Amino acid sequence: MSEPHLAIHKLKEKFPNSVLEVETFRGEITAKVAKKDIYEICRFLYSDPELQYHMLTDLCGVDYFPETPRFEIVYLLHSFKLNHRLRLKVRVKEGESVSSVESIWKAANWLEREVYDLFGVPFENHPDLRRILLWDGYEGHPLRKDFPVEGPDFDKPYKPEV
Amino acid sequence: MAETRWMTINMGPQHPATHGVLRLVLELDGEIIVKAIPHIGHLHRGVEKLAENRTYHQVIPLTDRLDYTNAMGNNLAYVLAVEKLLGIEVPKRAQYLRVMMAELQRIAAHLIWLGTHVLDIGATTPIFYTFREREEVLRIFEEVAGGRLTPTYLRIGGVAKDLPEGIEEKIRDFVKTFPQRINEYETLLTQNIIWLKRTKEVGIISKEDAINWGVTGPTLRGSGVKWDVRKAFPYSSYDEFEFDIPVGTVGDVYDRYIVRLREMEWSNSIVRQALDRLPKGPILSDDPRVVLPNKEMVLTDIASLIRQFKIVSEGFTPPKGEVYASVEAAKGELGFYIISDGSNRPFRLRIRPPSFLNLGALPKMIEGSLIADVISTIGSIDIVLGEIDR
Repeated sequence: MSEPHLAIHKLKEKFPNSVLEVETFRGEITAKVAKKDIYEICRFLYSDPELQYHMLTDLCGVDYFPETPRFEIVYLLHSFKLNHRLRLKVRVKEGESVSSVESIWKAANWLEREVYDLFGVPFENHPDLRRILLWDGYEGHPLRKDFPVEGPDFDKPYKPEV
Repeated sequence: MAETRWMTINMGPQHPATHGVLRLVLELDGEIIVKAIPHIGHLHRGVEKLAENRTYHQVIPLTDRLDYTNAMGNNLAYVLAVEKLLGIEVPKRAQYLRVMMAELQRIAAHLIWLGTHVLDIGATTPIFYTFREREEVLRIFEEVAGGRLTPTYLRIGGVAKDLPEGIEEKIRDFVKTFPQRINEYETLLTQNIIWLKRTKEVGIISKEDAINWGVTGPTLRGSGVKWDVRKAFPYSSYDEFEFDIPVGTVGDVYDRYIVRLREMEWSNSIVRQALDRLPKGPILSDDPRVVLPNKEMVLTDIASLIRQFKIVSEGFTPPKGEVYASVEAAKGELGFYIISDGSNRPFRLRIRPPSFLNLGALPKMIEGSLIADVISTIGSIDIVLGEIDR
């Protein structure tokens, strides 16, 4: 095994119990972390002077239905200082919520709304948690694996109320 | 004393200056914007969901339709991600062809931006010139790939076909004349007093804010951050080309305009370099798992016929794992994050859309400014709703 990346090294030092697993695939580092500490971990990665993960490149959800915990939230951070991308993952049970990282990166505002919209995972302390791509009042979360591709109303007759 | 009240105005979704189907709800205090709330999703087609039900090859045409002004760049981002997942090497000639097409596409995308952006602000002339040049690029695409807007030219492992005969001369002609065309646009705009009044010190976003909001591309560089995916994480042999990253200073609409103009010049230079140094050789990888055998083999050899049939009907099965690959598209960092469960369809395909995050920062840029500046600010971040809504 080669030397672990600086970020992983520091992360393990600071949060020994919360870094659950570290994987490297095709040169990309992924750290699976505990859900309860995600906010603190992000705050640390953002503010540590040696790391400075100042940009949240992406945040998305994954549905592993029928596994439990069902969902996974994936954070992709970028540091201009190290020119490095780091991926963080947390697992979320259905019905559970995740701490919002909106107060660290404003970019998370819309990205978290999108996860909420398409997967139905709520975020705590998000200032404006509304649906973003679908309209208010839409039922269901399309990127869930148990949502049919054609849509739930496919091939059903439409009967207007009289 | 009379009660002061904010006025709420709805702009879009069919307003011509919102570049598609963006709806903005503006709260106004006189002419000053107090609050701006973008509403998106009118063009949501569920591309990420669709992709989960298609084989890897079948996703390529979907990517053309994300940012429909930058189809080659979208293809490139997707095939790079799949190639990374498979761990296959692309021949040099294919890499150079990809770079050449991606840069021509960037020029075409920036030309649309320039034409429509200045048209929004009131200069009706430049759009005729920019679309004249864009037409030349699209004609080149038509000859090379067979399609103009949605060429679907790239394949996993290379490109669809080699350059047709005589096209190199046409590209060379275009590359030779294009710098003068940029000069023509500049004589119309860069020193134009009306243009300056409408763009200088308008829609400012600072360096720190831009990074925090996840803004990428020319909008980020306009704010003075010298960062470009092509330099930071070089892909498709970009490290072999000479080019600079133009940056702005203030982060206003004018800076973003200048950055894009300079970018077109560099793109033009990259196309010329690629053309001059275009290596000879195959245009597709020889990996039998993903690349179709050539037609002659299919017609004469039973093993190739079976392989062709298997790839077309079932696709291929990459190893389990997950990768993220991104390119510098015309709007910013376009990334594809693919999770593979070892089957022939992506388990999850996430598109990291640059326009989505750039648009997220729009309220930050326009709150506190005049309502007339909304138009120029939207134009300057160059959004395409096909990519935002997916």
